[in-house]
Amino acid sequence: MSIDTAVVPDALGHFGPFGGRFVPEALMAALDEINDAFHKAIVDPSFTAELNDLLVNYTGRPSPITVAANFSKHCGGATILLKREDLNHTGSHKINNVLGQALLTKRMGKTRVIAETGAGQHGVATATAAALFGLECVVYMGEEDTKRQALNVARMRLLGATVVPVTTGSRTLKDAINEAMRDWVANVETTHYLFGTVAGPAPFPELVREFHRVIGKEARQQMLDRFHRLPDAVVACVGGGSNAIGIFHEFIPDTDVKLIGIEAGGDGVETGRHASTITGGAVGVLHGARSFVLQDEDGQTVESHSISAGLDYPGVGPEHAYLHDIGRAEYRPVTDAQAMEAFQILCQTEGIIPAIETAHALHGAMTLGKELGPEAYILINLSGRGDKDVETAARWFGLTE
Amino acid sequence: MSSIHDAFARAKSENRAALIGYLPAGYPSRDGAIECIKAMVEGGVDIVEIGLPYSDPVMDGPTIQAAVEISLNAGTKIVDVIETVRAIAADGTPTLVMSYWNPIERFGVEKFATELANAGGVGVITPDLTPEEAGAWNAATDAHGVDRVFLVALSSTNERIATVASETTGFIYAGAVMGVTGARSSISGAIQDLVARTRQASELPVAVGLGVSTPEQAHEIAQYADGVIVGSAFVSAIEKGGAQGARELAEKLAAGVKR
Repeated sequence: MSIDTAVVPDALGHFGPFGGRFVPEALMAALDEINDAFHKAIVDPSFTAELNDLLVNYTGRPSPITVAANFSKHCGGATILLKREDLNHTGSHKINNVLGQALLTKRMGKTRVIAETGAGQHGVATATAAALFGLECVVYMGEEDTKRQALNVARMRLLGATVVPVTTGSRTLKDAINEAMRDWVANVETTHYLFGTVAGPAPFPELVREFHRVIGKEARQQMLDRFHRLPDAVVACVGGGSNAIGIFHEFIPDTDVKLIGIEAGGDGVETGRHASTITGGAVGVLHGARSFVLQDEDGQTVESHSISAGLDYPGVGPEHAYLHDIGRAEYRPVTDAQAMEAFQILCQTEGIIPAIETAHALHGAMTLGKELGPEAYILINLSGRGDKDVETAARWFGLTE
Repeated sequence: MSSIHDAFARAKSENRAALIGYLPAGYPSRDGAIECIKAMVEGGVDIVEIGLPYSDPVMDGPTIQAAVEISLNAGTKIVDVIETVRAIAADGTPTLVMSYWNPIERFGVEKFATELANAGGVGVITPDLTPEEAGAWNAATDAHGVDRVFLVALSSTNERIATVASETTGFIYAGAVMGVTGARSSISGAIQDLVARTRQASELPVAVGLGVSTPEQAHEIAQYADGVIVGSAFVSAIEKGGAQGARELAEKLAAGVKR
């Protein structure tokens, strides 16, 4: 298996039995247009040069790898390496995809972008790129999430975006995507749906992955240059799965490297109140692609539950479903309480406040380190910083008056 | 030929378009939906579409979203939808189900086609299933003699219209607006062109829906289309006036579809 052919979807966007396009006919032309523009752009040197310039001089790439020697003690002594996507401009990995899609938007001659957001990180990144490129920007965000991520709502508005709180359904990420799809189908002529994760109809899972692939490309080279070896395992949190695919993808051909996705376990998968789509869901179609879905026996989507707004989603990207299906990646749940334990430990041992999303991956590494032992090297995608979560964390730990 | 074919043929012989009425199963209640749909048929609806309520209706505007939410909160299941079809089809009315794809896939593609056919249902409209993903569905619907209705949109190229037309049976659903369901004050002229382009690709009847709510709009569309589809306006009429409201709207629309 070569790197370039590791996981390539077929012409209709299928990863094995997953993916594809389950959308209203009205969107088919727009998806074809995006697919064409994307495949032309990624082989166009002027596009890749412009994107690369932004990644280096605007985002601040490459992001470093930090050796977390103190945190290692909580991981069975394994060597813990943090890929610092939290140090990117806007504070998470989300900017990688957004800059790529904003450039595509310009090439397609569209003047307006819409986005869904859960934790607000994708919304902030989209608002940032829209400001930079002079695009009109509307961000749909579940009303529940606008409350728990109020800081990011303010950031988006400061950047000039319109934030629309969504009051239907569970009032979280799933419903924000529904509302963004409704906007898109009505305004598709002028509007690009700047999709934020590796889910949705083809070509989004492939397109978003390609723009995040830089994470794994850098990390793999940094491992070789600095540590003269590859990691034993790569760990990342999985909601829709963009940061995880971003860091996993380059390692897929390295079959000795374990790929571990950490899903949000909420109150515990056994309680039914969780967002562990692969662990606790079933194959189905949601938001335009076939993948795993939290659903009942009638195919109605079941509401997900997680302390982390960014992981609180009852679906998952189809490439993750495929990697699970073929056994190349393993997906495990981490509960709210476990994630918050890891959150606090990282804060107090390394001086890094992670996003609560990322804290799930950190706890996954604490368990994995004990399994693999002190000789192991574990690479964690530190996908975002936790400023936005300070209020939630302060409440969790009883730090407020 | 199917009862859908007969309904379009009868309308044509009477120099009018067929009137197709939509209501979600379980709205305003399980029995209330049956009563209202029967009133719609008495008022002049030729073909009935029964909506299968789904948790994530991305193609629906606020009116149908609210109706579906009421239905789901009351506990409507797929078996209730099938029973609603049975109650309506028993009177000889051509009855289809309109459903997002996931509930059908989860219920079982073959099982859904079987149970629908056994209940007297004649077809299924799938707004988020395109022919590219419909392999198993084509086989199941063919095996049970159930019509499968795909959609064409204003943005569809002639090539895509040909693809959709080649896989559709019963009639072709042409979306009158780019957007979700719900009443619109005006319908663009582009739909007439879409109907004409669709006729180039298919002999099947072409019915126009999405955004159509008034007798005046129905009359205008009836001049060039074989069928006029109305959904959200029936939901609104029932919200205000119950079954009697549905009957009165059907009567006005039935007058509208005369050429």
